[in-house]
Amino acid sequence: MPDAHRAIEAVFRIESARLIAGLARMVRDVGVAEELAQDALVVALERWPEDGVPDNPGAWLMATAKRRAIDRLRRARMQERKHEALATVGPEAPDLEAMLDDDVGDDLLRLVFTCCHPVLPAEARVALTLRLLGGLTTAEIARAFLSPEPTVAQRLVRAKRTLAEAQVPYEVPRGEQLTERLASVLEVIYLVFNEGYSATAGDDWMRPALCEDALRLGRILAGLMPAEPEVHGLVALMEIQASRTRARTGPNREPILLLEQDRGRWDHVLIRRGLDALARAEALGGARRPYALQAAIAACHARARASSETEWARIAALYTALMQVTPSPVVELNRAVAVGMALGPAAGLAIIDQLAATGALDRYHLLPAVRADLLIKLGRLDEARADLRLAADLTQNARERVLLLARLASIS
Amino acid sequence: MRFMIIVKANQNTEGGVQPTDAQLSAMMKYNEELVKAGVMLAGEGLHPSGKGARVKFQGGKRTVVDGPFTETKELIAGFWLWQVKSKEEAVEWLKRAPMEDGDEVELRQVFEEADFTEASPETRAKEAELRALLESQRA
Repeated sequence: MPDAHRAIEAVFRIESARLIAGLARMVRDVGVAEELAQDALVVALERWPEDGVPDNPGAWLMATAKRRAIDRLRRARMQERKHEALATVGPEAPDLEAMLDDDVGDDLLRLVFTCCHPVLPAEARVALTLRLLGGLTTAEIARAFLSPEPTVAQRLVRAKRTLAEAQVPYEVPRGEQLTERLASVLEVIYLVFNEGYSATAGDDWMRPALCEDALRLGRILAGLMPAEPEVHGLVALMEIQASRTRARTGPNREPILLLEQDRGRWDHVLIRRGLDALARAEALGGARRPYALQAAIAACHARARASSETEWARIAALYTALMQVTPSPVVELNRAVAVGMALGPAAGLAIIDQLAATGALDRYHLLPAVRADLLIKLGRLDEARADLRLAADLTQNARERVLLLARLASIS
Repeated sequence: MRFMIIVKANQNTEGGVQPTDAQLSAMMKYNEELVKAGVMLAGEGLHPSGKGARVKFQGGKRTVVDGPFTETKELIAGFWLWQVKSKEEAVEWLKRAPMEDGDEVELRQVFEEADFTEASPETRAKEAELRALLESQRA
């Protein structure tokens, strides 16, 4: 690709979400808005290599796309008039120029909430958000999610059609609806992050790059909704988790558990950003919300200079709080680990045995794995061996099975 | 990928001349844009070199030289740390910075884990050994 084209694509990447967001408010259709933005890019690719990149490329792209949008709306209106030639005078047409002068931030938020609208299935929300807000190409999304490109292309087409057919209003929800809809937005962003975070060795680099895309989306959202504590909570959680990326795998790409990681390899720029974001969430009164609580737990680890300095009692208390707002057997299992560290293995085991009795985690390998760990500390090796065998049977992950069997051999 | 954007010193920054209100508000607006775009990771302005020092390492000796330093053009006055998708994107953002006439700003890519994956198995094994040593010392 010639340099000029690369520079133009970089400009477009910076501007495209704002372009699409502004255009969507004019034409009331994100699919059409995306096409108009693409058209403007095509014009730029024709003109800029000869005329040079304009001083304000964003404004140039917007003006170009806007002209096309206006042409399109006029044509549509003429069509309508032909159909109802004798209709009485309708309401005044809105001033198309003025329509684009509203705050860009509001438009971006409208786009965020539209892409994550509950009328769409989860995977469509994710694809649309990455495409329209993250500026990823269809091919990039397909590579990142290990899906065939035509599948993703289809998913995007269908999502845009669904939004148009359901006549989803292009707006930011208000009041109680906002809380619910914001939860869906945050979920989409965290899903993208986790997809990237769970990428393993040998994966296409597009997969781990999803973490950066999610972080960027989260940071943008935090700028757009600075008063929403959970947005900062989610950003804090992602920043702190991402800070461990370098330390999470060994030289042979084998996973390294949190407590065994070399903390010198943690990214302290991200840790600082995460702690700042957490402080903002807490200052806004969001300390007891799910993302902020998870971030606070991650922050306990981030603040400990060595794993032996971890404040387990505080982590256990945070898991108790998390159980109150989002009760789940997996959270309870984590609480058991923290309690086991804070108060001793017997206390942790008591929680696990209660949890096991509910049967909720019967197929989950981490329950016997954690239980075995506590049993070993208590010197109850026969029971520990049985649990390790069970865990090895249950895990879907070959690498993990190897680790579990090695642990079994070490106490046999 | 990350880029460090290195803003060079000039007579004003070295002389401790405060920026004008107009310069300050233009820079604040620019920084805000970077934050809102999710690009800015960090950014700081530096005091004049008169408040700094240098440590020279030579022949096993450490010599401390206090500032100020005279070769203004080689000094830095501040930096940003950005997260972007490509060098071109970093360049595009930098072109929008409200700099003064005659300023020159350098951008450099920051080394990250992915950049080291081409390391030979021996290098990686050495790294692992070193890390194991550090771990054992800590325990």
